[in-house]
Amino acid sequence: MSGRDVLVQAQDLRKVYAKPTLFGTGEEFVAVQGATFDVLRGETFGLIGESGSGKTTIGRMLLRLVEPTSGFVGFDGHDVTRLTPKGMRRLRQRMQIVFQDSGSAFNPRRAVGEQVAFPMRQFDLCPAGEVRDRVVDLLEHVGLRADQADRYPHEFSGGQRQRLGIARALASEPEFLLLDEPTSALDVSVQAQILNLLQQLQEERHLTMLLITHNLALVQHMCDRAAVLHHGELVESGPVDDVFHTPQHEVTRRLLDAVLEPVAA
Amino acid sequence: MTSTTLGQKVVSPVAAGDTVAAHITSRSRPALMWRALRRDKAAVVSIGILVFLTLVAVFAPLLAPYDPLDGDASQRLEGIGTPGHLLGLDGQGRDILSRLIYGGRYSLTVAVLPVLAAAPIALLIGMFAGYFGGRAGNAVMRVLDVLFAFPVVLLAIAIAAVLGPGLANVMLAIGITMVPYMARVVYTATVQESAKEYVEAARAAGATQAQILRQQLMPNVMSPLVVYGTSLCGLMIVLAAGLSFLGVGVTPPAPDWGVMTSDGRSVLLEGYGHVATIPGLVILVAALAFNLIGDGIRDALDPHKQTS
Repeated sequence: MSGRDVLVQAQDLRKVYAKPTLFGTGEEFVAVQGATFDVLRGETFGLIGESGSGKTTIGRMLLRLVEPTSGFVGFDGHDVTRLTPKGMRRLRQRMQIVFQDSGSAFNPRRAVGEQVAFPMRQFDLCPAGEVRDRVVDLLEHVGLRADQADRYPHEFSGGQRQRLGIARALASEPEFLLLDEPTSALDVSVQAQILNLLQQLQEERHLTMLLITHNLALVQHMCDRAAVLHHGELVESGPVDDVFHTPQHEVTRRLLDAVLEPVAA
Repeated sequence: MTSTTLGQKVVSPVAAGDTVAAHITSRSRPALMWRALRRDKAAVVSIGILVFLTLVAVFAPLLAPYDPLDGDASQRLEGIGTPGHLLGLDGQGRDILSRLIYGGRYSLTVAVLPVLAAAPIALLIGMFAGYFGGRAGNAVMRVLDVLFAFPVVLLAIAIAAVLGPGLANVMLAIGITMVPYMARVVYTATVQESAKEYVEAARAAGATQAQILRQQLMPNVMSPLVVYGTSLCGLMIVLAAGLSFLGVGVTPPAPDWGVMTSDGRSVLLEGYGHVATIPGLVILVAALAFNLIGDGIRDALDPHKQTS
């Protein structure tokens, strides 16, 4: 932990959703409150919580896909929350997201190769003539075939689509990867493949990753440090071993107790 | 009408499944759509019917056996199969077949033009309100809700009254009244699609709002709009007839199909059903054809159907 600098910083993040009505705003719902943590360069940080605990919202705020109600997000010295739209678009090249495979992470009406190519074109990372070759390289790197670039999302299995999602996230050559429940929609055997792929890519590309999940085994397997989230608030954080072996908070203990299934990892 | 800007390569429909190496061809998107559309027999037949009706209307002066406006009072209300008058004659002794042939000129125009004119406006409004939402989007949709509250015919009459009579103004009036309905369809689809992760992925990759709207959302909200728009085409003929009946549409001697049907209603129950039924059937067939083409286009736009 020492000697490594902070890449992503969340400080007192808060998100309140208000149901808009015809006149003004109605009932308010606090999704995230007082979330403060750092993600160190090169590590994998786990964000654990039950569904509805606000973990996805935190992830989206780090990438400013959701605007925080208040609080601060830092990325390598940039104030993400106050960047201009143009500055933000430029910064996005360095931070990408892999979605939970829900079948809707890809536009159903565009060939997948074109969708993987989009970040490359957008950030002007290589000459237009080379985009195709780079897409093919990337697809092969995540375990897909070159000819699959011309296919549509519905022609792929869940595991293949997740590989595509990873390829798209890597297309802009980011430093930071947000993994939002990357394997929870997949079969156990496919899960392991995807996790191994992610670990392999992290080593090759020196990625910093934030893993959002409800699966503790996944955190134990993948992460260096982790934070536990409950009803929008961080209740505990620290090195994974500490969190798992000497849980300080009731919620963490409950989550640990809930893991009774044998894990093939 | 889709704007796929980047030169896309698409898998040929020959390569089904994902087990074997695919035959990759660089067919253009329209060519692929046309292939998919051609396999849809109902759509092909429907296109045939509408092309036929359109050609008949265009070449009406060459095809019509009689003057559509000139009646022979001595033969009035003669039925189907009258010598020289295949489909009989109407209440003023005019040849129904000739009137049908000429009527396509009005009815097909009224069916298609207002919808075509309203579609892009509805697309803009619906996508704007659906994507940006918030107060502005809400305000737009509330204004449309107010328009919903007016009966369509009343609204069309009001607009036509302001603009003055005449076919062009009636079409304009009908087009304007259709905008809220079509915008609502686009709005719903846009709200639905905007929430999907591929839109977020595009944003995460630095896409601008314009790019998201045009490249990501538009292709996905087009197909419900196409289906709805084509289903409205048939309704337009009937709506235009209603407006003519109320004195703000096609002026009566003109042989509009809708006008012909409503002309026949006075003798419908007196044993002269053919006067109303024949043009009614033509409207039915045309409306059905529009609907089936709409379904065909929807399927042709759907990548699931293109490749399977």
